[in-house]
Amino acid sequence: MTDLLDEAARLRRGLPDDVGDRIVESLYTDAARIAAASVDRDGAAARLTVDRALDRVLTHRVWGFVAMGVLFFGVFWFTIAGAAVPSDLLYTLLVENGHAWLREGFVALGAPAVVTGLLVDGVYLATAWVIAVMLPPMAIFFPLFTLLEDFGYLPRVAFNLDRLFARAGAHGKQSLTMMMGYGCNAAGVTATRIIDSRRERLIAVITNNFSICNGRWPTLILMGTVFVGAVVPPALAGVVAAGAVIAVVVLGIGVTLAVSWALSRTVLRGESSAYSLELPPYRPPRILRTLWTSIIDRTFKVLRRAVVMAAPAGAVIWLVGNVHLGDASLAAHLVTALGPIGWLMGLNGVILLAYLVAVPANEIIIPTIVMLTLTLGGGAGAQPGVMLDLGDDAQIGTVLVGAGGWTLLTAVNLMLFTLLHHPCSTTVLTIWHETRSVRWTAVATLLPLALGIVVCATVAGVLRLLG
Amino acid sequence: MATPLPTPGVGRASADPDPGGGCASCALAPDAARLARLGLDPGRYSYVVALAGNPNTGKSTVFNALTGLRQHVGNWAGKTVARAEGGFSYGGVGYRIIDLPGTYSLLSASADEDIARDVLLFGRPDVTLVVVDATRLERNLPLVLQIRQITGRVVVALNLVDEARRHGITVDVRHLTRELGVPVVATAARRGEGLPDLLAAIEQVATTDDPPPPMRLVHHDPELERAVAALAEQVAARFPTLPNTRWVALRLLEGDPGIEAAVRDGTLGDLAAPRVAAAEVQG
Repeated sequence: MTDLLDEAARLRRGLPDDVGDRIVESLYTDAARIAAASVDRDGAAARLTVDRALDRVLTHRVWGFVAMGVLFFGVFWFTIAGAAVPSDLLYTLLVENGHAWLREGFVALGAPAVVTGLLVDGVYLATAWVIAVMLPPMAIFFPLFTLLEDFGYLPRVAFNLDRLFARAGAHGKQSLTMMMGYGCNAAGVTATRIIDSRRERLIAVITNNFSICNGRWPTLILMGTVFVGAVVPPALAGVVAAGAVIAVVVLGIGVTLAVSWALSRTVLRGESSAYSLELPPYRPPRILRTLWTSIIDRTFKVLRRAVVMAAPAGAVIWLVGNVHLGDASLAAHLVTALGPIGWLMGLNGVILLAYLVAVPANEIIIPTIVMLTLTLGGGAGAQPGVMLDLGDDAQIGTVLVGAGGWTLLTAVNLMLFTLLHHPCSTTVLTIWHETRSVRWTAVATLLPLALGIVVCATVAGVLRLLG
Repeated sequence: MATPLPTPGVGRASADPDPGGGCASCALAPDAARLARLGLDPGRYSYVVALAGNPNTGKSTVFNALTGLRQHVGNWAGKTVARAEGGFSYGGVGYRIIDLPGTYSLLSASADEDIARDVLLFGRPDVTLVVVDATRLERNLPLVLQIRQITGRVVVALNLVDEARRHGITVDVRHLTRELGVPVVATAARRGEGLPDLLAAIEQVATTDDPPPPMRLVHHDPELERAVAALAEQVAARFPTLPNTRWVALRLLEGDPGIEAAVRDGTLGDLAAPRVAAAEVQG
């Protein structure tokens, strides 16, 4: 069969070098001819101007960024303000009353203390916690984000950020994969397949973790609400809390650009590829369908994952809190051991232990921290591994301050560490699957962690020096 | 790098295809009596439908409308990166549908285009459904023309006609049908508009014994045209039953590595074999 290939090569030599271009050209000539004969653009120009006018603002050099800030700020503020009441209700129902009833039931049935502890104080409580804390903000945030997406706004964000990515030596399409990362980093890493050059794709994979994923939004929103928002008068609390969350998101974009720049100047040097980004027309979102699909597809999917992860984590937390080695529980030993590093980073041993327990899913960081704090804090009336009397967000804050010794610095550093730490185990597996390289998987996992340690320690050091 | 489809024989419809008949939740079904959405599991199927199109033309929406799945649909290019599969049953016959990544061409410039090209050429789907954006026909047609050069078993879904209407754009469907030589159906998949006609067209193309021949695009450059004609003759001599010799010749002239490999290892020869799927169903 190779003689056919030889013949092709012979004929190719007889043709000009740009044969590929000529083939494409004749294809496009035919397409243009057929389109011209089939399409009637009566009044097309008049209607398209609405799109054009919108784009003039939303992709403007200056106003584009202003609009971006306002829109995302609105989404976060709405999420924070709207989630408070339903969160309280779920809390009272599932955590306070539900836990008490379940406990009484187990005791009445004569279940051994270990079984009651493991199942009710461990598994049930962690799961109930995750649902109460996560469901309301997710049920508000995801539909809003999906509405923006359906409207056609996200490609405009990509367009605005494109210039910045180009200057950082990265592929412009990385702004799209970054957007995907705000939903789920594993999905964002898979989405880097749209980038053809391996060099630029690796940059996109490594930096995707700096997009805050579903699992991390609740931590940020909670910290912003309970600690940062509490510094200012109540009237401004919501605005300041949303501002704090936005600040972390913007910092994440900054880190993405900085790391992309550093990588493209050192280990991943090479040419930037050109590409065209199509701005789709704005489409009126179909609100009811969007609400339905984003609640079913995104909210419940993420929640299910969180619950599946929270149940075993609850058991682990209860066990480390109740298995004693010598004079103290396993958890106490671990927290003591991690304490110095935690202090250095402006966090504490409990937070670091929580990050160890929560490697499978970022979603359960806050429940883990609170349960461990209560277990070890020895606050008045707290049983080991049991959370009681936590009515709402404010009381979570009270517990963390009272039993955990938290300050504003702890909360701010936790927000920073939420942005800058290793990806969850699902994302790490996805990175390995996409790169098939142990080396790059290790880089993508450890680089953010190293950055997190450095940044948190620096912030803690500077703030302590300033008093 | 061929991505062969699973042998259709494995999932071949038995004497009693789709015993369940209609679907339970047919409130939105375009043709309630005949369409059954089978979600992710096509079960037994007789025909394979490949779903192609430029990015952001509503391919995923069409896919969801046919299968009843709720694959997330985003308003941006490049949302579907991997291929998704699903199934539906129409008129009691099972169809398996493969959603290809959105591409602007089949010239194998990226992994996406390679996947799409390989499925279309080597997978030999019974129907290739190309979704095009009615508001941007000129930019969508190059892909349609490339696919038409490979096969005549094509249905074109002229999607987003509602949006086109809003923008004052009218597309002459009959003229387009004549030019392309395959069924063109105007649809607004988001609202389910045009889906009954689309299903009928898919059925017609899947079951026909006599699909239109692959399109012959004449190159206006005489030098190129001579080379293509000469090489196509050689290809035809080697693979007498291969339908799309001119397209293969073009790819060889450009030095497409995927096609060269297919010539070398004889995969291209297999494509010349009679279509097993169609023959069996008719028998």
